[in-house]
Amino acid sequence: MSEKPDEKKALHTVPEATPVDLEAAFRDSQVQEVLDKLDRELIGLRPVKTRIREIAALLLVDRLRKGLGLTAGAPSLHMCFTGNPGTGKTTVAMRMGEILKRLGYVREGHLVTVTRDDLVGQYIGHTAPKTKEVLKKAMGGVLFIDEAYYLYKPENERDYGAESIEILLQVMENQREDLVVILAGYKAKMERFFQSNPGMSSRIAHHIDFPDYTPDELVAIAKLMLEGQQYRFSPEAEKAFAEYIARRMKMPHFANARSVRNALDRARLRQANRLFAKPGAKLTKKDLVTIEPEDILASRVFSEGVPDAETPKAVTL
Amino acid sequence: MMTNHGNRLTQGQFSFLPDLTDAEISAQIKYALKNNWAVSVEYTDDPHPRNTYWEMYGMPMFDLKDPAGILMEINNCRKTFPNHYIRVTAFDSTRGWETPRMSYIVNRPKNEPGFGVVRQESRGRNIRYTVHSYATDKPEGERY
Repeated sequence: MSEKPDEKKALHTVPEATPVDLEAAFRDSQVQEVLDKLDRELIGLRPVKTRIREIAALLLVDRLRKGLGLTAGAPSLHMCFTGNPGTGKTTVAMRMGEILKRLGYVREGHLVTVTRDDLVGQYIGHTAPKTKEVLKKAMGGVLFIDEAYYLYKPENERDYGAESIEILLQVMENQREDLVVILAGYKAKMERFFQSNPGMSSRIAHHIDFPDYTPDELVAIAKLMLEGQQYRFSPEAEKAFAEYIARRMKMPHFANARSVRNALDRARLRQANRLFAKPGAKLTKKDLVTIEPEDILASRVFSEGVPDAETPKAVTL
Repeated sequence: MMTNHGNRLTQGQFSFLPDLTDAEISAQIKYALKNNWAVSVEYTDDPHPRNTYWEMYGMPMFDLKDPAGILMEINNCRKTFPNHYIRVTAFDSTRGWETPRMSYIVNRPKNEPGFGVVRQESRGRNIRYTVHSYATDKPEGERY
């Protein structure tokens, strides 16, 4: 409260030509490092990266303004991630905590992932303490509510989800500097959710849509995943995998990066099996780390034109 | 002789200091969280020195990373019981300790009448002493 008059004064007293060193502030915050890491480790996702860059810029400028004594109200950073399964919503949310911590927007930068079960109680009076407990745990960091639309069940007016939403909204509004809420879910369902909860929609400043990956991006993701597990494709295997992706994308229950991960897991299984199948052969380290085309071509995607035993569970995020 | 200088209850940490600000309370909570102690908020209107068990305001809070959540509970408690004593306790569950490691008052009634000494004459003109809170002469909820 006592700062208010000073801020007003600063607008007039600090000369207009006062130099500000945006670049130095940028360097000091080490934001570039985080953004680079994001670029390296997340393939594609143009709109997402652009938005994160914008947020980073805004927070930096705010910090400089504060340095000059100008008002810098904490911007609302609650976000909504929409997109098809496997487009990296959770992964980005996890990074968000780190990014916002670097920018000094949140204090701890940890991520608390919850779904309806963690927020909504089972009987009257159970919901409020449950939701509050989750909120308290998330304070200083990021609260990630997966499949947020299940919070609200329009067909049942006695559902406790509405109570949970009310508490969420209250904290989102009043304690903006204490936590950042990220809602995630499929686009169509999310839109319906916002239609029935206009209060929620208006309190979320950033609606970010995660686009589907292109086939090339999926292959790049596969290579990155293999690298993380210390495997690699042989050149032919890479071609086979590109072909696999092209076919798999046309089939039902395609879940972008998650399908890629499942396909790679199965390829690793087949690779292990293949190595076992030739007893007596002299194996080298190269055999252990290389995925060959036959590991991929054995998939039912090629032989029968149906996805491998991919359980429907893989569709949920 | 005045035994209750400034009419202030002096129990727990920091009680001889002026009341802690919210920022100071947060800093203390942060220290407790850093040590993995479970922080809880308790209140009472019977602050007798031997009354160790105050009422719990909600459950002790586990797995918190940031003091903001606890401060929220403190403020809720202050709103509900503006004229009670409220304290913050940090419990250490490490084997061998298993005890509160921190405890300090964060809210007090506006007017603290303090304690008086009661003398009971017993057999053989012996005197037994006891500490008696003036506030507890009134029924619960009307004390402060």
